[in-house]
Amino acid sequence: MANQTGAAKATKAVKPGPTAVAGAGTRALDRIIHERLRLGIVSALSVNESLTFRELKKILDTTDGNLSVHARKLEEAGYIGCEKKFEGRLPRTEYRLTYSGRTALENYLTHMEALIHAMRQG
Amino acid sequence: MAAVRPIRSESPEPIGLHVQAMDNLRFIRSTMETAGSFTAVPGRGGVLMGATALFAAFAAHMSANPRAWLKVWMAEALLALAIGLGFSWRKATRNSTPLLSKPFRRFVLALAPSVFAGALLTFVLYRRGLSQLLPAMWLLLYGAGITSGGAFSVRVVPVMGMSFLALGSIATLAPLSLADLLLAIGFGGFHIVFGCVIARRYGG
Repeated sequence: MANQTGAAKATKAVKPGPTAVAGAGTRALDRIIHERLRLGIVSALSVNESLTFRELKKILDTTDGNLSVHARKLEEAGYIGCEKKFEGRLPRTEYRLTYSGRTALENYLTHMEALIHAMRQG
Repeated sequence: MAAVRPIRSESPEPIGLHVQAMDNLRFIRSTMETAGSFTAVPGRGGVLMGATALFAAFAAHMSANPRAWLKVWMAEALLALAIGLGFSWRKATRNSTPLLSKPFRRFVLALAPSVFAGALLTFVLYRRGLSQLLPAMWLLLYGAGITSGGAFSVRVVPVMGMSFLALGSIATLAPLSLADLLLAIGFGGFHIVFGCVIARRYGG
């Protein structure tokens, strides 16, 4: 429960940037990855074939609850795939970036770069 | 009457969208670099390096004189370097990361001094007729380089380095007749075993 509250807080932490950015003449920003932890998950998975829950937790320095809630959101959006296995008796959850997840990250990067370029020119 | 103070302090300058965008890009890059340490060392390349080292150990053992023996191992070192670089490039391309990403640069910079020292000492010791010291020196210096390079990588890499250090220590005491066997265990066996672990767990 405590974890879920933490996750909810983290979700609320999304800054009001998207609306403003969308209004700045560029296409709508992907709200799913425009959140620190979800962006971190997608970025970390983009340079690895797969990462376990524990590895992602270590890389992103976050809690179990936060990571699982945000990973589930990405999974629901089809950006990452999740596979649950057993290593001996220990459960092992492995995440992979899907094709649409990689495309979403590439679009997000393009969007950010376009935004910086537009602001510099303006 | 006391002056009325505003409850809220004056808000700082609003953060520009481009500043926020740059911050996001920096975050993506640093996350990729941290996570990239899982991929910097190519596992499959290690397996291939191990396989060629086994052939080299056999060929070196069959060689007629110290000069031919050294030539075999020098050729193997160059081949291993080419395999290592080739597979690192392959892995970086497949994972869409630049080859000279921070973790890879760190690994190479930590390994390079040991490789340089090894190359120089090989030349000096061979010229002075002290070739019998070469196997232990190669294993120890390679182990030292991999251990320090692995400090920035996943745990399996420094463990591999320490295994080379342990084997190198044994080589300092072992008779010369076992030199090729020890080199086969280190450059062949360790590369294959640890390469398989890295390939299976850390993305190729």
